Amino acid sequence: MSKEEKKVNRRDFLFTASYTIGAVGVGAVIWPMIDQMNPDKAQQALATTEVDISAIEPGKSITVLWRGKPIFIKKRTSEEIAEARAVKLDDLPDPQKDEDRVKDGKDEWLVMLGVCTHLGCVPLKDKGDFNGWFCPCHGSHYDVSGRIRKGPAPTNMEIPKFEFVDNNTIKIG
Amino acid sequence: MSEHEYVPKSKAGKWFNDRLPLLTLGAHLTDYPTPKNLNYWWTFGGILTFCLITQIVTGIILAMHYVAHADLAFASVEHIMRDVNYGWLIRYIHSNGASMFFLAVYIHIFRSLFYGSYKSPREVIWIIGLMIYLLMMAAAFMGYVLPWGQMSFWGATVITNLFSAIPLVGDSITTWLWGAYSVDNPTLNRFFSLHYLIPFLILGLVILHIWALHVPGNNNPVGIDIKKPSKDTVPFHPYITIKDAFALLVFMIIFAGFVFFTPNVLGHSDNYIPANPLVTPAHIVPEWYLLPFYAILRSVPDKLGGVILMFSAIFILFVLPWLDTSKVRSAVFRPIYRQFFWILVIDVLMLGYVGAMPAEGIYLVLARVGTIYYFLHFIVVMPVVGYLEKTDPIPMSISEPVLTGGAEPSLARKVNDKV
Repeated sequence: MSKEEKKVNRRDFLFTASYTIGAVGVGAVIWPMIDQMNPDKAQQALATTEVDISAIEPGKSITVLWRGKPIFIKKRTSEEIAEARAVKLDDLPDPQKDEDRVKDGKDEWLVMLGVCTHLGCVPLKDKGDFNGWFCPCHGSHYDVSGRIRKGPAPTNMEIPKFEFVDNNTIKIG
Repeated sequence: MSEHEYVPKSKAGKWFNDRLPLLTLGAHLTDYPTPKNLNYWWTFGGILTFCLITQIVTGIILAMHYVAHADLAFASVEHIMRDVNYGWLIRYIHSNGASMFFLAVYIHIFRSLFYGSYKSPREVIWIIGLMIYLLMMAAAFMGYVLPWGQMSFWGATVITNLFSAIPLVGDSITTWLWGAYSVDNPTLNRFFSLHYLIPFLILGLVILHIWALHVPGNNNPVGIDIKKPSKDTVPFHPYITIKDAFALLVFMIIFAGFVFFTPNVLGHSDNYIPANPLVTPAHIVPEWYLLPFYAILRSVPDKLGGVILMFSAIFILFVLPWLDTSKVRSAVFRPIYRQFFWILVIDVLMLGYVGAMPAEGIYLVLARVGTIYYFLHFIVVMPVVGYLEKTDPIPMSISEPVLTGGAEPSLARKVNDKV
């Protein structure tokens, strides 16, 4: 190699420069072809949804569609909240306090992405071994806080970004 | 490639052949020396070619009437079924054709496993075949999504979510595959585009598969190397073409039986419910031909682990030629391996069965046992049996065990039984 290095001349420079520019050019052409598959402007425009929650009774939940995915909005009873908070963090595969999954002072409202973190099915409510949700596809059990307790799902059901516009309305996204 | 120089008889033929030697290729395919002892398990190559062409022809016709849009796809499939002249026939041929395609490819793959057709010097044929198989699975999966029924939607959701198991970039990849934040219209659109593309990629690979086959020539039930052409071979046409044609006819009778008498038996009734992103069907299953892999996926209580194991189950087949240490190709002369072969067949069938059942109780136990054996078979049994096994004596030529029956009658009988 050392002998070769001495012979670096204009032709070697031209080769290297050509390959480099060629690689940049190929990359510049390929990137738009890859990126066109990402969510387009129309998809991104669907990013927020406002929901009226005044009609939900304690212990009941509704499901709304946000970005093509179901959102569970559950008004929990005080027993359910107490049950969720009594769980020891050591018993959770993905340890997270119930307090961290709800808004301060709005402890009864659980707003979460109704998508199983295993392979994306919609879990069924009031089913499973932990009084929460049960995913029929591959048998993941979630508790009343939407935390994974048993089964193949790796993490708790996701909490989307949301805020209370007023006492009866939440804005998701 | 050519065992003899071919010269077209007509002047025009010679003129053309000098410029593009298509007639030489035709003569090669006609005269191609083929082992004379090929049994009916060898007819599935021709049957698979028929399946591919059937899928391409019916698929192009369906695309003339189908609309790839989340709001219109389901209705357009019903339109094909009810309004389009013979639309029901074309669609049932296409949907059952996929199943028949997989039925034939599984027989073809297991034939290769039994007779050692993947071994030297045919490794490249085997690997190209596996690439075809992978593309077939991709095409079948995307095709199943197109009617936009409940199973379409949730099958697409589960399969695309497999990629979310990849650490760090998983979610970005899944969103990129979807073109949205869930399976949605952009997903349907691109699946249609790719579903149309893949069969032509398969066609290209099929040409390479046959080309690679024609370099060493066919393996055969005895699994020995033969001189070509010799008294051990016959020309492809008419000997093999007529045998292939007969097998194809029998295959088409079974195919037609499904199409005309039980066109929906292999599908799932939930797919006649339009896709609903809010409700997952209570019992979600893939098409039957993917069930063994589905069982492997579900046998692992860990998301990433299950996905890795499922993909490994397919990719381990790529290194099979190097895992099998036995120099003897055909299992006819391998008394120990032969038994393991049938255990593997039963194992895969069992995995397919438990893949269709709920992932709990005894089914989960069976899925785990089946998964463990599946991998043990390739990683342990194949290399070890290849070293330790005492194989039966191998005939010198295909003709020998038949013609010199006096010398080794037991062997002659054994070979005859299998042929």
